[in-house]
Amino acid sequence: MVGQILFIIIAAFTLLMGLGTVVARNLFHAALFLVGVFFGIAALFILLEAEFLAMAQIIIYIGAIATLIVFAIMLSKGMMGREAGAYNKQWYFAGGAMILFFGLLSWLLVKMPFAAANASAPDDAIQQIGSGFVGHYVVPFEVASVLLLVALVGAIMLARERN
Amino acid sequence: MDLRALGESFVAMLENVGIPHGWVLLINWILGAVILLGVALLLAIFLIWFERKIAGRVQDRLGPNRVGPYGLIQPFADALKLLTKEDITPDNADRITYNLAPIIAVFHIIMLFAVIPFADKVVGANINVGILYLMAFGALGSMAMLMAGWASRNKYALLGGFRVVSQLLSYEIPVGLAMLIVVLMRGSMNLNVIAQGQGGLFGLGWYVWILPAVFIMYFVAALAEGERAPFDLLEAESEIVAGYNIEYSAMKFAWFYLAFFLNTWVLSAVAVTLFFGGWQGPFAAQIPALGVVYFFIKVFIMFFVFAWVRATFPRLRIDQMMSFCWKVLVPMGLALFLAVAIILKLGLPSAVTYALLFVVNIVILVVTLKLLGNYTRDLPKNKNKRLFAPELPRL
Amino acid sequence: MTVPLSWYLIFATALFSLGFFAVLSRRNAVAVLMGVELMLNAVNVNLVAFWRYLTPSDLSGQIFVVFVFTVAAAEAAVGLALMISIYRTRKTINVDEINDLNL
Repeated sequence: MVGQILFIIIAAFTLLMGLGTVVARNLFHAALFLVGVFFGIAALFILLEAEFLAMAQIIIYIGAIATLIVFAIMLSKGMMGREAGAYNKQWYFAGGAMILFFGLLSWLLVKMPFAAANASAPDDAIQQIGSGFVGHYVVPFEVASVLLLVALVGAIMLARERN
Repeated sequence: MDLRALGESFVAMLENVGIPHGWVLLINWILGAVILLGVALLLAIFLIWFERKIAGRVQDRLGPNRVGPYGLIQPFADALKLLTKEDITPDNADRITYNLAPIIAVFHIIMLFAVIPFADKVVGANINVGILYLMAFGALGSMAMLMAGWASRNKYALLGGFRVVSQLLSYEIPVGLAMLIVVLMRGSMNLNVIAQGQGGLFGLGWYVWILPAVFIMYFVAALAEGERAPFDLLEAESEIVAGYNIEYSAMKFAWFYLAFFLNTWVLSAVAVTLFFGGWQGPFAAQIPALGVVYFFIKVFIMFFVFAWVRATFPRLRIDQMMSFCWKVLVPMGLALFLAVAIILKLGLPSAVTYALLFVVNIVILVVTLKLLGNYTRDLPKNKNKRLFAPELPRL
Repeated sequence: MTVPLSWYLIFATALFSLGFFAVLSRRNAVAVLMGVELMLNAVNVNLVAFWRYLTPSDLSGQIFVVFVFTVAAAEAAVGLALMISIYRTRKTINVDEINDLNL
């Protein structure tokens, strides 16, 4: 019961923030709404007993990605482009398609039975994730680290000023 | 005497009255949060007096001494003054963001109090991801200052906001590396477990004896994380007036001020927990109340060092500060991390491991200082270049 | 465990739709990027919810989320660098004005 109320509050908050992100004309406000979404998702992760991911979500999404987006917005004020409309010509079409998409998927989800396992989350989840990274998932882990390095170098190369 | 037993008996008392278990837990949590909040706010008021007194003594002044005995009531008088001042919002400011920024600035620091172990098992939330929690909510601070800088619609505030991002994000890496090394040593991210692991007579088990270089790295980076001199570039009044909080007045400014002092206190508390045994001390494991006393004494000594540094050193230049992080602290941290990981993996007897760790720490510290020293010694030859010009230092 | 799994999935669908809508209809490239982040977050919620409800003993779901984090971080860094570089040369980052490759 308490869990359900909590879920509804968090989910409503997150979706409201998501709506704000999508409709806000001011990019800075959109970015702040995005921070709200990230926060709500972190709260949902805690509700799902994935504490490690909740903290990682805040560190990576709010501490790094959202800050980066805000920083980029602040760096180039003209980037906002407030005089022009926020949406392109196909927005009503996209909106209708998305409502349809959402309706269809949620109808399917309500219909579909899931065999929920009533087991509790393991206590040593963090240790298991850690050993997963250096065990079964070691190759993807290394590839991910290479990806990060490439992104680092690539971002610097792209954004630096050539003179 | 036992704080935990007190909490448990309180829960039992409420349950006996007939309140359902879920609500009792909720009441207990809210009560704990309120207590922590009260402690934090009272602490902040005391810290302002403490720091001003230290700064005064260091600079051959008396510091506040008019209001109350030894000027102890001074912060209350200041708070009263700030409360009665006119609360100004600039016309062009982004109202909601502008008013939200100081709240988040304080809120994220107070959230950090939840995981700090004041004594054995006397923790707001004894979670397994304590270190990650510290980093996560610490990172929210830069968001608050960015919001303040942007919402004020002021050039200096915006520049201050930029500096916040570059400084806090950069210095989060050495802080995080130092925390990671301690996690590696203990094998747990739970702050109470980390403190428990540093027992031993007369503080011989403190990690600062085993990992001195890591502590120095943490301390220097924490100075920058706490926006304290010599790294207080975000509010360098000679360059950008007051930085991100230039447009703030009255109580909203006071919130930022409060956040600043609480941040330093939390950084000291984390330093004590990670490197100085936290609540450890004679008989602290048996009597938790004693642990609280030890913890506060240690944290205030740590805070004293922070204040001492702030009152003593002049400010760095912004490019020097950034280069110092990326070219000195981060490589040093990575080297330390690698060395500690390898040594711990060797599987030697613990005494040998500790000795080896200590030696490696000293070696890395000496090499770093040597490189830095050589570099600065060569400076007069290339005066027109920046202090940490982008060539590699010569050995 | 009182919350049914389908609630999480419907929530994630809604968030995904919002993000997809932003990607399809916003003109500003940064807003499009934010839409992509929303979609990635929705996927993360699904992954964690499936892990928690269907296979709590196998932590692959959480590990996948960490990989999504990595990709999202890399994507945000490169995407914003691209936008800054495009803004420098073209003085706009409206995606419907950057159409030189259109035939």
